[in-house]
Amino acid sequence: MENLFNALNNFFLIALPYIALFVFVIGSIWRYRNGFKFSSLSSQFLEGRQLFWGTVPFHIGILFLFLGHLIAFLIPSGVLAWNAHPLRLIILEVTAFIFGVAVLIGIVNLLYRRITNSRIAVVTSKMDYVIIGLLLIQVFSGLWVAYNFRWGSSWFASVLTPYLWSVFALQPDATAVAALPWVVKFHIVGAFLIIMLIPFSRLVHFLVPPIDYLWRPYQQVIWYWNNREVRKPHTPWSLKRPKNN
Amino acid sequence: MNVRAQISMVFHLDKCIGCHTCSIACKNIWTDRKGVEYQWWNNVETKPGTGYPTKWEDQDIYKGGWEKNNGTINLKGAGKKKGLLNIFHNPNLPVIDDYYEPFTYRYLDLIESPAMKDQPTARPVSLITGKPIDIKMGPNWDDDLSGTPDYARKDPNLQDLSPAEQEAMFQLERMAFFYLPRICNHCLNPACVASCPSGAIYKRGEDGVVLINQQVCRAWRMCVTACPYKKSYYNWHTGKSEKCILCYPRLEAGYAPACMHSCVGRIRYLGVILYDADQIESVASDDGGKLIDRQLNMLLDPFDPRVIQAAKENGVADSTIKAAQYSPTYKFVKKWGLALPLHPEFRTLPMLFYVPPLLPVMASLGEQDKSQGEKLDPIAKFWNDSWLYDTSTEDLWGTIDQARFPLKYIANLFAAGDEEKVKVVLKKLMAVRIHRRNVTVGDLAEEKVEATMRGAGMDVETAEEIYKLTSLAKFDERFVIPPAHREQALEMLEFTGDTKGSVGFGFKEKAERGL
Ligand code: SF4
Ligand code: SF4
Repeated sequence: MENLFNALNNFFLIALPYIALFVFVIGSIWRYRNGFKFSSLSSQFLEGRQLFWGTVPFHIGILFLFLGHLIAFLIPSGVLAWNAHPLRLIILEVTAFIFGVAVLIGIVNLLYRRITNSRIAVVTSKMDYVIIGLLLIQVFSGLWVAYNFRWGSSWFASVLTPYLWSVFALQPDATAVAALPWVVKFHIVGAFLIIMLIPFSRLVHFLVPPIDYLWRPYQQVIWYWNNREVRKPHTPWSLKRPKNN
Repeated sequence: MNVRAQISMVFHLDKCIGCHTCSIACKNIWTDRKGVEYQWWNNVETKPGTGYPTKWEDQDIYKGGWEKNNGTINLKGAGKKKGLLNIFHNPNLPVIDDYYEPFTYRYLDLIESPAMKDQPTARPVSLITGKPIDIKMGPNWDDDLSGTPDYARKDPNLQDLSPAEQEAMFQLERMAFFYLPRICNHCLNPACVASCPSGAIYKRGEDGVVLINQQVCRAWRMCVTACPYKKSYYNWHTGKSEKCILCYPRLEAGYAPACMHSCVGRIRYLGVILYDADQIESVASDDGGKLIDRQLNMLLDPFDPRVIQAAKENGVADSTIKAAQYSPTYKFVKKWGLALPLHPEFRTLPMLFYVPPLLPVMASLGEQDKSQGEKLDPIAKFWNDSWLYDTSTEDLWGTIDQARFPLKYIANLFAAGDEEKVKVVLKKLMAVRIHRRNVTVGDLAEEKVEATMRGAGMDVETAEEIYKLTSLAKFDERFVIPPAHREQALEMLEFTGDTKGSVGFGFKEKAERGL
């Protein structure tokens, strides 16, 4: 029994993360090179009103939660310092919980829309249901953990962050995490599963947020060749790479 | 001066017969696929009417184009701030019902139906869900429906016409309409390009065609909102936006775009125009009400030695400069001043120009009442029969001012409401007509004809030229396509070094031996 337990822990907390990260990296490169399939596959064009109540709470919530997890991973000391004051801790936890609920509401609305709207059904793949299911379980387990095992932002920073760093440092150490309640472990496994599926689902659009739009000029003109150079008699035009401006 | 070449177009609206051949030619080549059934890169709408998508011109609804505030222009419904803030849900995105739900009929039911007492029917089914639907709309649903309360009267261009003017327009016996064929304008200041967060849309430097890179489009769908002409469409199946490509593969091979090639009324002209790219921003942000004049001023004279010199320095090919000199669009737009851009107030600097229609404006019902006839100028022709159209004029300019179609309406379409602009063009068109009538029928008084020509600032030679290019022009005169330089055609797609040893273009695979 003990052995089985260890084996399971090892598999889910050490092997799975590596499999997931490996598949994620290779899969994303492969998918990106087949650029045509890289799209957020928005379905707003077929149905816009119901979508609003799904996509907006979902995206805002998930972005906040993602950044929250990321910060706790990158600068745990900062989170701990913030949480040193109980009032600040409570503010953080309550806000995060509210955003979690927003995500939950969002996904439920999105799922309902996918099931009931016949037009949306046409543009729904099996993978969409897998992703929605996983996200639903994930946010539910997350809320569960946040509610029952307080205060997550603090113990995440002191227990999970070292574990995640150990995974990335290729010296995985899951001993502390293995002792956590099973819901927490479940939440970790779910996270890695979702990461693994990113390149194979519409979640790819998360990898290409159009941030560079902020600093690019509005108008874009593309030349196939450097127009001036290519017509100069002394330019060996076959050696000129096409140049944009 | 930063001289660039732009392929521009002119549609002569007096010649359009509303046959939709152009739309079908385009559909057969480019949009006969799943996800784009509803897209008509070329569409022909009846004016007055609501168009496709319904009321596309009403930017209070669709928030397309640029708007001017505090000295600069901003996209009305997209742009860096609005676009990124609304990226999860774009509040201004039209949905498919604003166009129409594509449909087909279950034709097979007609053949496979068992013997019955009644005739079998082919039920309409949605091309999206495959389920039976009640057809609510089609791409040219308001074809020829002038005067109808649901369509013609909801035309956004009627907004600033007085109720009396509107009523006059829709009196049963005075009703008139014309056709407005539309494609992407391949604008100089394209709102679609500016709105694309992933930078997938671009203007080709060499010929100004505006294209969407299908590999880079991520379905942020801002271009659909931003294009005030609603000429960028979302493919709901592939999750990519698509738009008119001006048949660039045909252009590169020296063929006219399919819509133009097939046009039954021969209303379409295509040619190169040289323009000064340095002026784009300042012209598009003009606020002295000189938008049209300045847009036309940007277009350069291809015979001016300084322009030629600057064009050469900028690497514009000699063959392109030559094509610009022969360009029929240059003649219509600049030399003769007969063509105007559609809705210049959207500030995208469209490069498709329209010769406004004369017939529906001028023509009135032949009056049977003799007393009316006596009021006419004795030298003007009066048709005392039951012909539908009477193009005779009380005083030759009289009808332009008291046109059956309020000038304001035409001006709202082609001149941002400036009636003078339209009037000048209509006078010229009228002068050409009267001149030709004088030549062929010869029933007009010489001094009257001369007065008309002088009034329009037109000489006989120009009138003849206009007449020829309008009515007699052959294929090669209507479409002057600059050579795409096939010797460099490969470079137009990719670097030769990368392609050496590989097979074909586009989605290509190396010709490698299998394992
Ligand atoms: S008409 Fe619309 S789609 Fe075409 S170039 Fe202009 S803004 Fe872009
Ligand atoms: S094919 Fe020509 S004449 Fe016919 S509708 Fe199109 S533009 Fe008009």
